[in-house]
Parts: sequence; structure tokens; C-alpha cells
Amino acid sequence: MRLPTYSVSEYLFLAAAVFSGLLAVAIFCFLFFFGLPLLQSGQLVDLLFSSWAPDKGLYGIYPMLITSLTLATVSMLISFPVSLGCSFVITSLAPVRLRRVLLAVIRVMTGIPTVVYSFAALFLLVPLMRSLVGHGTGMSILTAAPVLALVIAPTMILFFVDSFSKVSSRFTLAVDALGGSEIQKLLYVILPLAWPGIVNGVLLGFGRAMGDTMVSLMLAGNSTAAPESMTESARTLTAHIALVMAFDFDSMEFKSIFVCGLFLYILTAALMLLFRMFTVYFSERT
Amino acid sequence: MRKTIYSVSLSILVAALLLFSASWSLASDDLSSFAGQKGTLRIAGGTAHIPVMKEAAKQIINFNPQIQISIAGGGSGLGIKQAGEGLVDIGNAGRKPSDDEIHNYNLQLVKWAVDGVGAVVHPKNKAQSLTNTQLQDIYSGKISNWKDVGGVDREINLYTRDEASGTREVFWKKALAKGDISAKANVVVSNGAMKTAVAGDPFAIGFVSVGNMDSSVAPVALDGVAPSPESVRSGEYKVARGLYSLTKGEPSGLAKLFLEFIVSPTGQQIVVDKGFIPVQ
Repeated sequence: MRLPTYSVSEYLFLAAAVFSGLLAVAIFCFLFFFGLPLLQSGQLVDLLFSSWAPDKGLYGIYPMLITSLTLATVSMLISFPVSLGCSFVITSLAPVRLRRVLLAVIRVMTGIPTVVYSFAALFLLVPLMRSLVGHGTGMSILTAAPVLALVIAPTMILFFVDSFSKVSSRFTLAVDALGGSEIQKLLYVILPLAWPGIVNGVLLGFGRAMGDTMVSLMLAGNSTAAPESMTESARTLTAHIALVMAFDFDSMEFKSIFVCGLFLYILTAALMLLFRMFTVYFSERT
Repeated sequence: MRKTIYSVSLSILVAALLLFSASWSLASDDLSSFAGQKGTLRIAGGTAHIPVMKEAAKQIINFNPQIQISIAGGGSGLGIKQAGEGLVDIGNAGRKPSDDEIHNYNLQLVKWAVDGVGAVVHPKNKAQSLTNTQLQDIYSGKISNWKDVGGVDREINLYTRDEASGTREVFWKKALAKGDISAKANVVVSNGAMKTAVAGDPFAIGFVSVGNMDSSVAPVALDGVAPSPESVRSGEYKVARGLYSLTKGEPSGLAKLFLEFIVSPTGQQIVVDKGFIPVQ
């Protein structure tokens, strides 16, 4: 068998691609290898469904898993309608000049570090939540969710705007020719054609929400109890990793965070697989 | 609140302190060893140590601007680990490293102060005196309303530190008698963050190093003894521990000079000024 001949630059790009692919695999192996002692000890069920009490030999990450999923879902529920509305405004509803300004603002927002949002919310939102809720510290899932929604919104908006503008002008011009309004164009033409792009944006946003550390670390309160309500202090997987990482070097606590990393990895990878499946589905359809 | 950011981002740059020229001239004897030195010194770990570390660094940098010193938080566990792995020149710990840690990492210790750890509440909170049992019951969650210990009828907001914290370890061992800390407690990542959290929450209880206490929080007397530098020094207040700095192997270069400075008369005066008990 003869290998196809490549130019030097093609080899360089191929090497870069192979390298990044291997890196992802290597990270998985690394997490798996270090998490193995805990996984092997037959504690997998305990890990997934028990609580975190290292003093009693319990290294369960159930509360963190629940918190991560809840927080990501709630912030998604806040962020999705807002992002969709925003991208409608940017692509069709606003005057052209305003569209450019809005888009520029959204682009700037993607670059603002999450610690800045969290910092501001710590001053403004936490005392407000404390007095609104009437009990607790003001640090809770409900406090972190809107801030996280703000963090993931720009990613989604840019994705939505992109998929809306990819809708062929053959269809949109036809609507204009028929005398349809902008709203009708959005609802009956653009949305049905651009929905796979919307799904992709949602998946990416959800992945970001799962992976964000600083917002939950600073605003959710970090208690290790499984949250019974949205107004209670809780800890996400990412905040858990950040908090436990500094602990001593070969304790079981330390080993357990590799398992947390593994779960985060698997969850994110599953999301990306979904992402791929939708893309493939979409490209087969058109 | 700034401290939260600093310790979360694990970095406090001291270079800016150059602007504040302290009275270094009176201390030039102990600082003279830094003359002609140059380079960078990285310090990380225990957050109780930070006030002393910052002041010492300020005086050194004022004396010789060629020296750069960076001070980060992260907790005692991180200080021990990073010093042991050679990631920083000096690691700080508010607990004595275990024999395993000392052996595995070949750590050398310098104990340069004694520090108390006390429970703190919001200054407006009337419950500023508790018995040991009450404190343990509050932390285990058995007592969950301030009215049961002489305060208002509101739920108690518990704050604790992460597992890497030496401050938490001594508080848990000596004040809580190794009793439970409720899983519902909020977790903050540094002495500074704890102080800010309690200062901003009228129904909070937390614990900080005595040297880190100021008027923004009210110390809680335990069995009638309030945590203060005086009561820790006299031995009347029992929840106390040593503050350590660690190096991997024998300290050398700037790290050696820095540690010598901390235990010199000038360094120990900083320790006193910042509310800790000197060892010399």
C-alpha cells in the first residue's frame, strides 16, 4: 500500500491534528489511571450515590454531580430564551447600525473573565438574594444560575446568529417578496431551517456551564450537602476539584478528584458526541 | 472582598507595595543581608501567614528593589505540596506537616510565630459568648437558630474552610474536639475570604486566625475567654498552633535570607505588630 504524498505543510498540520487528538486521549488515560484505586475498590456505586464525608471514609460525589447538572440546567433555562431573543434582534429586528453595535458588545462579552462577573455578583447579587430569600447566606444555586447564564449567553448568541445568517437568501427573499413580516420570516422560515445550529449552540453552552468553575466556586456557597432546594448552598464538580486539589498529596480525598475529573470528561465528551451526531444528521438532510 | 479574588486566583503581587515607603531605615541591621541581592522569591500556602509575609516583603523590597517577592494563598496543604514539589521557594503552613510529608518531601521547617484560631460573628450579633458545647452543637448543626444561644430568631449561617486549611484543622481539633462540621456549611478558601464573608453576613459564624481578626468581625469568647493575642500568649485561650514556613531541603539563597529575616528582631516585631505571638 502506498501512502499518499503530502507536502511539508500538510505533514505539519497532520502532526498537529494527531497531537491534539492524542492529547485528549492521554488526558482521559491519565484521569482513569489516577482514579483507578477508587474505581477498583468497588466503590463506584458509593462514589456516585453517597455523600462527601472524608472523615468517615465516604468520598461520594453525588451532591456535586447533582449540583453541577442542576446549575447547568437552570442557567440554560434562563440563558436560552434570552440568547434566542438576542440573536433575533441582532439578525433581523434591530436597525442595521444597532445590529453591528450589539454584535460587537456580544463579542466583547465572550472575552470577559468569569471571575469578573462573579466578583460583581458577590457584591450586588449575594446580599440581594440573602434579603429576598429570607434565610441562608445568599450564596446558592439560584444566585449562581443567572450569573452563569450571563457567562454562557454570548457563546450561544454567536452560534445562533451564525446559523441564522447561513439560511439561504433564496428563502428569506421569497418571504420578503410575499410581503411577510420579519417575525413571520423568523418563525416560519429561519427557525425551521436553522434549528440544528440552535441545538449545537445549546450543547456548547451547556458544556460551558458544566465546566465553569469560578462562578460556582464564588457564588454557590460550596457546602458538601446535597442541595434540597435551589436557595441552598451547594458545590459543583468543578468547584469541588478546585477546593480539594490543594489537599495533601496521596490521601483518598486527593485521588477522588481524579474520578470527578473523569465524570466531567465523560459528560462533556457525551455532549460533544451529541453535537457531532446532530451535525452529521443535518448534513445528510440537506 | 479583594482578598477573595486574590486567594482564589492564588496570587498576590507585592511589587506595588514599593510605593509605600515604610521606615526601613531603623531596621537596616536585619535587612543588611539583602544588600546586593537580586532575584525572585516565590511564597505560597497558609493564608493566616499573609499579613506578616506581606509586611516582611514590603520592607525587603523597599530596602532592595532588585528583589521581587510574590506571595500567594491556597491553604496549608497547598503550601506543603508546592514547597515539596519545588513549585515555590517557601511554603507556608498553619499546621505542622505530618511525618510522612516531612519525610517524602525532605522538608525543613521554621516555626516563626504562634497563632490562635477563634470563632467570629458579625459585629451586630449579640451572641458573642458561647460555651464549648454550644460551639460544637452549632457546627454539627444541632443548634441551628441564633435565638438558642442568645441572639435573634434567625437561622445560623455556618462557614468553614476547605480541607487544605491548617486554620480549619486546628479549629476542628481544638475548638470542636474533632466533632462534626455540618455538610451544609458554606466553604470559603482563605482567612481573608472568611473574614469578608462573616463581615457581610449578619447571621454568620466562621473562624479565622487571631492575627487576621479586625473590627469588621466580632470574636466569640469560648467558655468566657475571648480569642486575642494576649489570651493566646498567656495560654488562657487554648485553640492555638504554630505558624511554619517550609523549604525543600536546607534553605538557600533568598529563601534562607527571608527566613532568617522573619526570625530576626525586626521580623519578630512584624509578627507582634500583626497580632501574632513571636517565638524568639
